[in-house]
Amino acid sequence: MTAVAEPAVSDRTAALAEALRTAIGTERVLTDRTQVRTYECDGLANFKVTPAIVVLAESRQHVVDTVRLCSEAGVPFVARGSGTGLSGGALPSADGVLLVMSRLRSLGPVDADNRQVTVEPGVINLWVTRDAAPFDLAYAPDPSSQLVCSIGGNVAENAGGAHCLKYGFTVNHVLGAEVVLPDGEVVHLGGRAPEHPGYDLLGAFIGSEGTLGVATELTLRLIRVPEAVQTMLVGYHSVEDAAGTVSDIIAAGILPAAVEMMDALAIEAAEAAVSCGYPEGAVAVLVIELDGPQVEVEAQFRQVEEIARRRNAFETRIAADDAERGLMWKGRKSAFAAVGRISPSYFVQDGVIPRTKLPEVLAEMKRMADEKGLRVANVFHAGDGNLHPLVLFDDAVEGQAHEAEELAGDILELCVTSGGSITGEHGVGSEKRMKMAKQFTPADLDTMQLVRCAFDPDGIANPGKVFPTPRLCGERPGVRKGEHPVQAAGLGEVF
Amino acid sequence: MSAPAVTRRPGGTDDAVGGVVPREVVRPGTVEEVADVLRAAAADGRTVVPVGGRSKLTWAAPPESCDLLLDVTGLDRIVEHVAGDLTVVAEAGVRLGDLQAQLGEAGQLLGLDPPEDGATLGGLVSANASGPRRLRYGTTRDLLIGITVVLADGTLARAGGKVVKNVAGYDLGKLYTGAHGTLGVVVSTTWRLHPVPPARRVVTLDLPDVAAAGPLSIALARSTLTPSAVELSGTAGGPGRLVVLFESIAESVTDQARSAVALLGGGEESDDLPEDFGRRPGGADDVLLRLAHAPAALAAVLAALPAGTPVSAHAATGVAYAAVPAAEAAGALPRLRAAIAEHDGTAVVLRAPDAVRDALDHWGPVGDSLELMRRVKERFDPERRMSPGRFVGGL
Repeated sequence: MTAVAEPAVSDRTAALAEALRTAIGTERVLTDRTQVRTYECDGLANFKVTPAIVVLAESRQHVVDTVRLCSEAGVPFVARGSGTGLSGGALPSADGVLLVMSRLRSLGPVDADNRQVTVEPGVINLWVTRDAAPFDLAYAPDPSSQLVCSIGGNVAENAGGAHCLKYGFTVNHVLGAEVVLPDGEVVHLGGRAPEHPGYDLLGAFIGSEGTLGVATELTLRLIRVPEAVQTMLVGYHSVEDAAGTVSDIIAAGILPAAVEMMDALAIEAAEAAVSCGYPEGAVAVLVIELDGPQVEVEAQFRQVEEIARRRNAFETRIAADDAERGLMWKGRKSAFAAVGRISPSYFVQDGVIPRTKLPEVLAEMKRMADEKGLRVANVFHAGDGNLHPLVLFDDAVEGQAHEAEELAGDILELCVTSGGSITGEHGVGSEKRMKMAKQFTPADLDTMQLVRCAFDPDGIANPGKVFPTPRLCGERPGVRKGEHPVQAAGLGEVF
Repeated sequence: MSAPAVTRRPGGTDDAVGGVVPREVVRPGTVEEVADVLRAAAADGRTVVPVGGRSKLTWAAPPESCDLLLDVTGLDRIVEHVAGDLTVVAEAGVRLGDLQAQLGEAGQLLGLDPPEDGATLGGLVSANASGPRRLRYGTTRDLLIGITVVLADGTLARAGGKVVKNVAGYDLGKLYTGAHGTLGVVVSTTWRLHPVPPARRVVTLDLPDVAAAGPLSIALARSTLTPSAVELSGTAGGPGRLVVLFESIAESVTDQARSAVALLGGGEESDDLPEDFGRRPGGADDVLLRLAHAPAALAAVLAALPAGTPVSAHAATGVAYAAVPAAEAAGALPRLRAAIAEHDGTAVVLRAPDAVRDALDHWGPVGDSLELMRRVKERFDPERRMSPGRFVGGL
């Protein structure tokens, strides 16, 4: 067999950049180092890779052309929305294309009778609810970054938010998607009806973190704005009492729209940043929101107040109006950034535990942090056991960043051994792919890989994310002959 | 080593899947035994059709071949119900009714209420069966949080987990939902649960024309009322009955039922559901169709059915059922599909009498993702031994 030399990476990407310029226009293809460096990371800023090429797509056709040219050249591509992801899911490939989707921003008319709207992936999450509001409708998933994060990114990560306890995640609110597969082919998954014959490929696609293709249009389900919303802020002298309140609410058969918890450190940070006026001296606060028909909300709200009192709440405040509600939520939603006020650096983690394990996991987490001499602030969706521990450290102190990273990793393993998950809403991305092997067996991961191979046999869509080891899809009859270059180089095993 | 608990017997006409009599019926007692059976079947190149409570044996297209009918009813353990977490792990052969009875003791429920008696969890996942309360709780795709499957080659694989919120890895549960046994065998399932609502109130409204349910269900969906179900039954082009179910605390259901009567312009209030609530229309001699469509198109979908067709609908969700006389089904189906296509409507044959089954296109057009579905099938079951031919496009 005669070895055919692969063109050097730089030659290959240079040729691809040329082809892209011809296909979609020079002004939409960036290769200048200072320009492309803008895209070197997403919301997880400690992972940085400068992409070879950045494409600023403005239409579906630009996406199709880009993906097809990447496929023909065997060059990987990474799609990116607003870049607010917290797991490095939109981390570029050094020898690949970063496909920026944020210019695809058309937001279709709201179909009020069907409670649906069709949008392009660059549309900002909050815009959907803004456009739906005149019809008394809303888009339920509400990640804390909803002012800036894009629907396309939400779909890639199966984004959650504070209200998913009652309303579910992105996957429960996306009815249809137009998807450009990694070979450039366009398919339509789902649609405007609730069911379609065939496999639920839409369900598999949502939350696949850009590894199965790129969505170019999404049909979203809208919910009716509830008749009443009531929010309360409750202060406690112990984390156990706060956690006990959450358990008692659930045991009483009440399903709140949201139950959020913050511990003393997180409260201190939020207070320093946004002066949200949380109860003074609180070791833990809960933000509890109920929504639904007026009589139901009123009755259950009284019940929740009583439960909180029995669990030694020392202060209960009820939002009198939307402005007060907004202030209660402001403290919670700004908590991640606020931690910057009390620590030079921090890692945001995202793990899930069965809610009933909350007190013991928090105690163990504190023990682990103390052992390393580090502080952990906790902000979490207490209703569904989704923890966001913020590991605080000082990067000026030698070795502390490493210790903090280790602690963050240990906390995730604690979540898994407690029967939970390494990620509830931020995704696996680049950051946590090695942790996948803690949660899943090789057979589990290989089975997921079967889906990957069906969508992306050449592995060019967001490679190196989600899964711990690079895998190649076995040869398909009549499709590809000979050894894959990655395999030849000993970099991956054939699957 | 203990003796294997797998029981085997020759297949008979009672075991027929869509009219196809299996050569053998195998009933393993554990997940490991399911894997053993599948490994052996792989070695012998035998085709396998998994089956649970047999409540939907006549659903979907008939298999091209069935060497082994793999009966999972031996996997009947409710493994773990953690009431405080509102989750349950249960094996695929557990019957929904048995599960609900056990959960009910803790004041909880699984939000699925398909009317087929004796259905098992594995079967209802594989058939994506749903009932009236899908309006409130959604369907399998919204409630299934973890799944364990055995692949065609005997590999045991798991996805999801035991927590409601979890985005680690691909959600294989979605893929197995409604896959009709073509990707492997579902052996265990983990679910999100809900509290049993303490009170109920029902509003029943007789309609001179079923089509009136269209605008009424839109009005309900756009109101602040939160019914668990809006269930229509009747005949296309003829009279019907709309049942609106409220389930919550007593103050709320009383108040909402009253508001519903005002909004609907009439209706009888009661505490009890009609006996036939949620039942599929028609009888064993009819071809039972499941129609899915953009939710607001209910009236248009009803109008596309031949007059006199018995129908039911989970109104406001975009799912309806129609029972077409067997002799007319082959002719009516293409016309119906064409007529509802503009509403993203599809019609699939759920159940058909033996005499006409082979003449029907069970699934109808699938759209531009069929080739991708074929590639998924090829990856999971390259030898095409799992329920071959039962699914879309002959998968």
